[in-house]
Amino acid sequence: MRDADGEVRAHFRALADWLAETPAERVAEKRREADLLFHRVGITFAVYGDDAGAERLIPFDTIPRVIPKDEWDGLAKGLRQRVAALNRFLHDVYHGQEILKAGVIPAEQVLTNDGYQVAMLGLDVMHGVYSHIAGIDLVRNDDGKYYVLEDNLRTPSGVSYMLENRRMMMRLFPELFARQAVRPVEHYPALLLETLRAVAPPQVRDPVVVVLTPGPYNSAYFEHAFLAQQMGIELVEGPDLFVKEGYVHMRTTSGPERVDVIYRRIDDAFLDPLAFREDSMLGVPGLLSVYRAGHVALANAMGTGVADDKSTYPYVPEMIRFYLGEEPLLENVPTWQCKKPDDLELVMDRLAELVVKEVQGSGGYGMLIGPAAKKAEIETFRARIKANPANYIAQPTLSLSTCPTFVEMGVAPRHVDLRPFVLSGKEVKLVPGGLTRVALTEGSLVVNSSQGGGTKDTWVVD
Amino acid sequence: MLARVADRIFWMSRQMERAENMARILGVTSNLLLFGSKELQRQNLLAPLTITGTTETFFEAHRELTLPSLVEFLTLDPKNPGSILSCLRWARENAHAVRWQITSEMWETLNATWLEARSIPRSRVTGSDATQFFDWVKDRSHLFRGVTYGTIVRGEAFNFSRLGTFLERADNTARLLDVKYHVLLPAVEDVGGALDYYQWAALLRSVSSFETYRTLYRDQIFPIKVAQLLILERRMPRSLAACFDQVKEAMDRISGRSDQAAKRLAYELHARLTHAEIEEIFQGGLHEFLTECLKDIGELGSRIQRAYLGAV
Repeated sequence: MRDADGEVRAHFRALADWLAETPAERVAEKRREADLLFHRVGITFAVYGDDAGAERLIPFDTIPRVIPKDEWDGLAKGLRQRVAALNRFLHDVYHGQEILKAGVIPAEQVLTNDGYQVAMLGLDVMHGVYSHIAGIDLVRNDDGKYYVLEDNLRTPSGVSYMLENRRMMMRLFPELFARQAVRPVEHYPALLLETLRAVAPPQVRDPVVVVLTPGPYNSAYFEHAFLAQQMGIELVEGPDLFVKEGYVHMRTTSGPERVDVIYRRIDDAFLDPLAFREDSMLGVPGLLSVYRAGHVALANAMGTGVADDKSTYPYVPEMIRFYLGEEPLLENVPTWQCKKPDDLELVMDRLAELVVKEVQGSGGYGMLIGPAAKKAEIETFRARIKANPANYIAQPTLSLSTCPTFVEMGVAPRHVDLRPFVLSGKEVKLVPGGLTRVALTEGSLVVNSSQGGGTKDTWVVD
Repeated sequence: MLARVADRIFWMSRQMERAENMARILGVTSNLLLFGSKELQRQNLLAPLTITGTTETFFEAHRELTLPSLVEFLTLDPKNPGSILSCLRWARENAHAVRWQITSEMWETLNATWLEARSIPRSRVTGSDATQFFDWVKDRSHLFRGVTYGTIVRGEAFNFSRLGTFLERADNTARLLDVKYHVLLPAVEDVGGALDYYQWAALLRSVSSFETYRTLYRDQIFPIKVAQLLILERRMPRSLAACFDQVKEAMDRISGRSDQAAKRLAYELHARLTHAEIEEIFQGGLHEFLTECLKDIGELGSRIQRAYLGAV
């Protein structure tokens, strides 16, 4: 919020003034109100391993994160570029594999990747879009520049919090919105539905779209239900769907109804027990054959994991140059791949200063933050890397930018990241901002909700 | 509406109604035990097991039939799928699975009911406080039905909820009567003594219609009129006729593609209860009439499952 000279940055001034002139009790009272509302609405996430139906609130911070419009416009351009290149890459690796032939990315990196889906070979998808909903995690370093931390091209979640956080802020602090023009995000469900309808099989006139969820015990069930409700479409579970005569149908009280587009929040491996994991109770037997026949659209497509794998990530800037002939607008965080001997040596030498991640990891699990780790932890990790170097990448520890946040002691700086959601259908669309996650523990860099992170409303201001 | 969702809503409502009916049956049973011979007391103790078809299950786990063992089995026994606790748990589980298709008030009512029920100690249902517990169950059921009626959109969710409630209630009223029919039968001419009076009064109370009888008939309690009230009196909301008015209304609003068999049977039952006369029923045999009704109600349930709820 402050620049190098300690001055409040211009876009944050309105908010800083408001914070200064509002009595602390009123703010505290509003925070309690927010907690109560979130509980009542049921914006919770299920916690694995807990008693059936156990639910927790994700802490919500009432101080918004503010992004000036020029900064956002630059980001948006970079995000469109990046997602476009990633979709081109996905199309390529399942068709001509030009990028592999050109030697830009090692073939084995792609073809032996766990996320590479042979079933997708030669299959054409509408508008060449594979990742219809992409969540790109960004961090802002203290040099003021944004870096892409990771791409989420499979089933990124969190957008419901973005929407609910905004609704909550408007309800709690209407006066703040009167002070400055905050760009709206409420139309996200409408854009999402438009995107999903746009990728229906071409012969379908008025496509039926559904959200496919693993069920109430999934940690993101709230979001699945929320989005279905907001779009006004059915929330289905695997057993609600069946394949008959080459099409997917859902069982309704008035008989079978054909389904044209499935916004699925289930991993590839569970989608079709006949094609993938036969023990999957979540999927739809025969779905793959209908998909391959072009009689149903899946969003996101199968096999997108090969592009958002952390070992593929270092090649994204090259993809942008290769497919689009442009220079990347958003930078990657410098990344060392432990499978390369030189990189491995360097990583082992500097383990105490680096962040190390599993290539397939997510949710903040299985990572090492060197500067915050104890000696013993570092050594344990060293042994793990040594045993399977290809499973790890390392990055320098960024000095993430912070954002004023309510903590027990009052307002204090806490580290934040940003996940904008990019929708690709016939066109590419995104709502201004995204989900800001905040590490609530002082000095912590881990913002994942499963690790005690919270969220904030994100304002792009004109 | 998705078949799975409709199924959950249908059973959510059925289970809640079932819990209420069980509380009613047990309330009456403990009352009846205050009077009568040993043999009559045993009959009265057996009645709840007969009604719920759990006599065998009960004697597998218990050697002796006593009021406390009976009540515990039918209220808090988690192993008995028909116990009040099991019903409340299933009502809540069903609601949990569709909590985004029902109103938050409905979900909160069932959730809170379950949370309270599971921490109720044995002493509260087997001691002298039992009546309070039965009243609490009835209250929660009334609350749930009221909340549902007052908050939910008039659409398929509402229709299937009503269908579940009234099919279950019809089933229960018929069973309740069937178990007691012998008390009503011999007395057509021979109006019984004080003991019979208590039996009839208890039967009426179990369906909250002791006062209703007085209001509607302004007469002494005659068995044939008790049967009239519980079977054919559509002004009495727990009578078979009233239940089938509601079942028919719900079925009228539900649109299905291959539901002719289900609708036909529902309308047949409705017509039977609309045009029957109580004297006729007694001539043909009350027990036979009720057996036929129960069989048809069961069959209607299966047809509803097949037509709408995704049963194969």
